[in-house]
Order: sequence, then structure tokens, then C-alpha cells
Amino acid sequence: MDVIGERINGMYTDIKKAIQVKDKGPVQETAQKQIEAGASVLDINVGPATTEKADAMVWLVEAVREVTDMTLAIDTASLAAMKAGLEAAGGSLIMNSSKGDAKSLDKFLPLAKEHNASIIILNINEEGVPSDVDNRVAISMFGLAKAMEYEVPIEHVIIDPIILPVNVAQDQPQKILDAISQIKTLSDPAPRMVCGLSNLSQKCSNPKLINRTFLAMCIANGMDMVIADATDKELMETIITSELLMNKSIYCDGYLEAYYA
Amino acid sequence: MPLPDVTEKWSGSINEVVLGTGEGSITVGGQSTLPFLDFEGATPNKTIVAMEILDTAPTEWSEVTTDPFDGVMNDPVEWAQKCIEDYGAEMICVSLNGIHPDFGDLPAEHALKVVDSVANAIDVPLMIWGSGNADKDNTVMPLVAEALKGKNALLGSADEGNYKTLVAACQMAGHNIITESPCDINIAKQVNILVTDDGFPLDRIVMYPTTGALGYGFEYIYTIIERGRLAALSGDKMMSPPVICRVGPEVWRVKEATAPLADQPNWGDPSERGPMWESLTAGTLLMCGGDIMIMRHPQAVKNMKQLIGELMNVG
Repeated sequence: MDVIGERINGMYTDIKKAIQVKDKGPVQETAQKQIEAGASVLDINVGPATTEKADAMVWLVEAVREVTDMTLAIDTASLAAMKAGLEAAGGSLIMNSSKGDAKSLDKFLPLAKEHNASIIILNINEEGVPSDVDNRVAISMFGLAKAMEYEVPIEHVIIDPIILPVNVAQDQPQKILDAISQIKTLSDPAPRMVCGLSNLSQKCSNPKLINRTFLAMCIANGMDMVIADATDKELMETIITSELLMNKSIYCDGYLEAYYA
Repeated sequence: MPLPDVTEKWSGSINEVVLGTGEGSITVGGQSTLPFLDFEGATPNKTIVAMEILDTAPTEWSEVTTDPFDGVMNDPVEWAQKCIEDYGAEMICVSLNGIHPDFGDLPAEHALKVVDSVANAIDVPLMIWGSGNADKDNTVMPLVAEALKGKNALLGSADEGNYKTLVAACQMAGHNIITESPCDINIAKQVNILVTDDGFPLDRIVMYPTTGALGYGFEYIYTIIERGRLAALSGDKMMSPPVICRVGPEVWRVKEATAPLADQPNWGDPSERGPMWESLTAGTLLMCGGDIMIMRHPQAVKNMKQLIGELMNVG
């Protein structure tokens, strides 16, 4: 499973401050830590640090590119900031993200094609996040059809089912698991799937435990990527062990060490 | 309608390991594809054929395998030179059988004399196997490693229960190491973890998964090597060392290779049957990913080198 390190985000105070005073140090340090902990993609999000989203995105991307060639996920809802981020980053890119409606996809998919980037398509359209499996699958299907229309290969499409807080919508996690399985059968090759876990446990008392337990269930149903803090060791070890149980890696007594080697 | 592209795109590759020094050095491994699928990735180095000699003249080898070495088996140097000059060995493997407590219990001095004289007489890379007796090997192999310092040799073997001494010896003297596992992919990976945990570089490891002879659970061995290779190509670093196959010693103890015509009149002439059994065993191991073949009979060596040459030249 690819872990998209979520920590380079202007909503965290250290990154926010770094963006505001243009100090690359904390950004690059955070990037290194995420990579060392096992992240294989770094999410880049300006967050609420500034209103000059595009400029801040370029600065942030350039700061990270100085220390790694790793795949970057340009995380913004602004088309201008997305364009600026993609151009600054060069190759190896994920666009995070586009909503699953025609209006958004018509804006973002041409960019994915132009930059040969992967694109995360959210399970949300004009009517919001669907509460049933069928509509989740339908939005994903629509996204795939649109991607084909814009000649973005299915291998570059990543579906995010959007996880809702368990304390608000307790029937949703199980429906998301069903949706993952069904979306995985929509095409061959199947689109990849990603989830942002933190939403699941908002304002819950055991957020990390809830997150990693659900992630194990997601992996069993075919989830490929997760947006998370890679320095959360228990989460990482849950991923490594889940993949082992899914026969995706070879067991040995030191399988955890082997992962970090 | 265009044909869909069904080629695999691998993220990992097999480690390259350099054996020997100077012009005589050889690189093995480095593949970024399953064996010979040149449309999916590169095979930068060919599989090499090492020939096996013993520190003391063998007493139990079949005549079919002693005839080609008539007159030289009492002298490891002459034996090694014959393998290289007459039979085209690309590497020499010395098995120190004579130091085993049950097969002569010869002292370390004997082993040192053999490896030193062979090392100085040949230009091809050298591989040394201990006797398989852990206590004796732990006494002798560090001295062997020290004596061969600077030769960039390949020494074996480290297993799950006994690896620390050999690891330290190879590290101090700058050699490469063979990690051994008993036909068990989980242990194969574990030994590599243990050895690298001790600080030994992964790119100086060659794996010996215990290879066996055709007819003796061979499909199991095949799938273990193949699965290891698939894992390595998918990015599992601990499964990415090249693989060594001990073909000669394993083939020449099974009856299909050695039984005399009098015992098995329907099996054909053992002087053809034995080398063919060894050739087919090695050829099959080549298909699942063997990088170094340790072989015994000159005809089998010839067959194998021809097969490797032809497969490397396809496309």
C-alpha cells in the first residue's frame, strides 16, 4: 500500500509558519521524516496559511523537490494552485483532487492528461456525498468514463470514496467497504483507491485505533493507498501486517524490519 | 482495436553482485524481469557456471564424474585448472569436505593450504563452502576468509542458526556471503534480514534456497525461487539477492543420475544419463532464476553454457 504522507499541510502550525516566513527548514525536515517512516508519496497542501494559494504552492513544492524526487500529491481545490503546483513539481505527480461531477472533471482531467499525472476523483458530486453503495459506484463509474473521454489511462485514476465520521454516520464504514469491492470490479485494470482516514474518527475518543482498524478492513477489500501521517508507527505496522495477511508480501519472522530495510 | 499491453511493469530488480577482482571479475544478477522475458526488462548479466572441486579426492563419486578428472583429483590446483582450461568453468567452487569431523577432520592448515594455492593459481572468481559442520566451519572459515583477503571471494554458508561468525569473517576480509535456507521462502528472507542486521551489505549476498535434484520435489523448489524472484521484482529488497544453485552435489547423489546399467538396464547408459540429469536440473533452475550454477560433469557444463548462450542471444 502506498502511504501518502499528509503532514506537509498548512493546517499544521509548523508548516503554516514556515510558509508564512518562507523558511524551508521545517518543510524539508517534515518531508524527510515522512519518507524515513515509509511514505511513498508526499501530500502538499498550503491549507489556511495564506490566500496566495498558487504562489505558496509553488514555494512549498520547490522546497520539497530540493530534498526528494518522490511522487508528490498536489492537494488543492483551486485550479490555479493545481496548475502552478504541477508545473513546479515536474514529473511523478498525483492531483489531489477533483470532485466526481462533470463540471469539476472537465476542469481537472485535461490537466492530468497534460502532465501525465494520476488524479484522485472524489465520491462527491453536485448532490454531495452519497449515503448508499449504488450511488458511490455510479459516481466512480462516471469518473472513469470521463477519464477515458479525456484519454487519461485508468491506471492514473484513483477513487476516493470519502469516509464520513463514524460518530455521525455509523452505517457508512460498512457501506464504504462494499463500495470499494464493487468499484474495484468496474474495469480491468481496476482504478486504484485511496482514503483519507482522519475524517473517520473526528471528535472520537480513540481516533488512532479507529483509523487503523478500519484501514485494515479497507485493505482486505482492495484499498491501494491511504493519506495518513507515516510517522504513526502503529498505523504503519497495521498496514504492513494487513498486506502480509493478504499475501502481498512474503512472511518471515522479521517481516516488520524487512519493510523498513 | 489495438492489442492491450499486457507486459508487467516491475518496480524492483535483482541485486548485482561482483565476484572476484580485476579482469577476472564477474558480475551476476541485475535483472529487472523474470528470466529471459526481454520484452519486460533487462538481463544485464548472464547466469554463470561454476565447477566444483573438493579439498580431498572424493571417495564416493560415481565413475562417470571421476573419469573426466582422472589424475588431477589429488591436487586441487591441477583440478581447478583443468576445470577452467579444459572444461570452461567460469568460477571455481572449493568444497572443504575434508575438514568435516566425520570425513577426515583435517585441520585448518590443510584448508588454508588448499584455498591459498588454488586462489593463486586461477584468475576466475573463487567460491569456498565449509563442510556443513557448524563448529568446525566456525573455526576454519574465518581463517579461510582472512587468507583470501583481497580476492573478493564468495563464502558459504550462513544459515538461520549459524551466521554470525561467517558474517563477521566476510565483512572483515571484504568477501561476499551465501545465505542458506532449507527450501523455505520465509526462512530465506529471515536469514537475509539477520545477516543485514549484523551490518552486512545486502549487495554482497547471494542466496542459496537449497535446490535439490530433478525428481525430488523439484517443482516445489522451482516455485520457491520463482516466488522469491516475483517478490524481488515487486520491490521486496530482502528477496533481491541473486540465487545460487548447488546442482552437481545434489544431482550426483540421486539414483537416476548414478545407478549402473546393471541395476537399471532400462534407464540407458549412465555416462549419458547422469550428465543429462544434471543438465536438465540446471536448465530448469535457469528458467526460474538461478544466477550461479555449481556443476560437476564437463558435458553438463558444456550443455548448460550452450543453453545460456542461446537464450541470451534470443531477440
